[in-house]
Amino acid sequence: MIELRHIRKVFNAGQPNEHVAVDDVNLAIGTGKVTVLRGPSGSGKTTLLTVLGCMARPTSGRILLQDREVTSLPARFLTAIRRKTFGFIFQQYNLIQGISVIENVMLPAYPNGDSLPALKQRAEKLLDLFNLRPKASARVEWLSGGEAQRTAIARALVNDPQVIIADEPTAHLDTKLSRELMEIVKEFKAQGKTIVIASHDPIVHDSPVIDKVVDMRDGRLIHSGAA
Amino acid sequence: MSHIVNKQRNILDFALSSLLRRKGRNLALVTVYTLVVFALASVMFFTQALKKEAALVLGATPELIVQKMVAGRHDLIPLSYIDQIKKIRGVAAVTPRLWGYYYDPLIRANYTLLVNDTYPLPEKTIAVGAGIARVRNAHRGSKINFFAYDGKPVVLQVRGILSEESELLSSDLILISAADFRRLFGIPAGYATDLTVQVRNQKEIATVAAKIQQFLPDTRPILRDEIMRTYEAVFDWRAGIVIVVLLGALLAFLIFAWDKAAGLSAEERREIGILKAIGWETADVLQLKFWEGLSVSLTAFLLGIILAYIHIFLAAAPLFATVIKGWSILYPNFRLTPFVSFSQIAVLFFFTVAPYTVATIIPSWRAATIDPDQVMRT
Repeated sequence: MIELRHIRKVFNAGQPNEHVAVDDVNLAIGTGKVTVLRGPSGSGKTTLLTVLGCMARPTSGRILLQDREVTSLPARFLTAIRRKTFGFIFQQYNLIQGISVIENVMLPAYPNGDSLPALKQRAEKLLDLFNLRPKASARVEWLSGGEAQRTAIARALVNDPQVIIADEPTAHLDTKLSRELMEIVKEFKAQGKTIVIASHDPIVHDSPVIDKVVDMRDGRLIHSGAA
Repeated sequence: MSHIVNKQRNILDFALSSLLRRKGRNLALVTVYTLVVFALASVMFFTQALKKEAALVLGATPELIVQKMVAGRHDLIPLSYIDQIKKIRGVAAVTPRLWGYYYDPLIRANYTLLVNDTYPLPEKTIAVGAGIARVRNAHRGSKINFFAYDGKPVVLQVRGILSEESELLSSDLILISAADFRRLFGIPAGYATDLTVQVRNQKEIATVAAKIQQFLPDTRPILRDEIMRTYEAVFDWRAGIVIVVLLGALLAFLIFAWDKAAGLSAEERREIGILKAIGWETADVLQLKFWEGLSVSLTAFLLGIILAYIHIFLAAAPLFATVIKGWSILYPNFRLTPFVSFSQIAVLFFFTVAPYTVATIIPSWRAATIDPDQVMRT
């Protein structure tokens, strides 16, 4: 369970260009559930994802992860939580160019100190899962959009995170690939993982796998309810 | 423990594959870096080895030598001077020396001929250095022809081959009897090449030298320390010339390395952001950059040192020899005895590897302290 209490995030506080990206958000995200943050561009979806994924600190408010307050933890602990608890799927994939698919997948696990052969084995299993095994040693810039997307998903799963956070995951995918992605999300849910997706794509929020849709506008929650 | 080792291995693994991504850039960097280390290490090895050789040679020389001077030039010294020098308080012994050079037109090289009382030889026999034995194809019992000062042939039989303490010391040396030496060069009895003086108290050498100069104004006392200092100064000065010549290249390298190491491209900044976003700590990113910097600089350092060693000690320093070696005591067919000072290697390491590694880390540290959520917005 992730609980957000009175979360507020302000950029450039005290400056003439001060911007309130998230304002007084209260939200409970159930374990093993799929939650979608829905709203137009600039509604604060991505900022809320970064805050609940321990990537950025809120300006005020508290985040509870399994009833443990994490907002005030030092950066090192926050990084460790981020690495072990969350798997991120970015809108632009954010793969590292010039290295192979398998290296990209293993990357989040390097600081854990697992042995390289064990790590490789784990990454290969994930590549098998996403039909990427033949591309394991290919450089990521040679991949198609769908393959790059799946590589990014495999990377998000390499540390076996409890929570998966995806920011506009279907933004660069056609309808077929978007539906395939939702099938993958369904499998994650079946494995008991918690999934939070920011999207304004109907294929995502109309999908039967979604448990909860949270509507946002101007940094505030305007509606939160079952899909 | 294995956790820490594994983590470093993983990060090193990624650092190496990161370097391979920018093959052209890093290869150029390693090449230029290697050349700079090679040049500096070559000068260093060469100067040190020459100094070491000189010290070896001079270590065996007497602490005080007295030469007679005529018109500012070294001349034969009368043996009658011995008694006068012995009268000076503090002098333990005075020994005449016979030595000189003989040019062999056959192999176009100079030999050093020396009468050595600790290696007494019967007349008509000699002992030769390994270098001479090699070029003249001589062994025990061989006969070597010489021509005396008056053009008459002198045939001498090789009685022994000298052991090699240092190539420089023994390679061109011929030990000869006093009678043969005088016959070969026409030196009359009652004269020697110079005199060596033993002094009881080491602290009094300079005083004894001053007294000799006073009593025998046509002589020149030479202290071993003075010779050594002269050699050191000459070699340092010559090494300095090479360093000055290299300075331009060195500066160019520094600018090049600083630019490559210190300037992070937009792509590199983005990558650091991604690493942080997927759970790398600032310290992990710095370790990555540390391994990258160390891999480049250590590779270049080791390559440069190895190439310099080959250049100086195996290939006889073809690039610098003419600049540094032009000194009259260095003979033909000269090859240096390998001598490497670890303290100097450490200094070179400190001035090449350390600055580069630091130069790579600092800009990365600045980039690694950015908030990981930046990457979500690009």
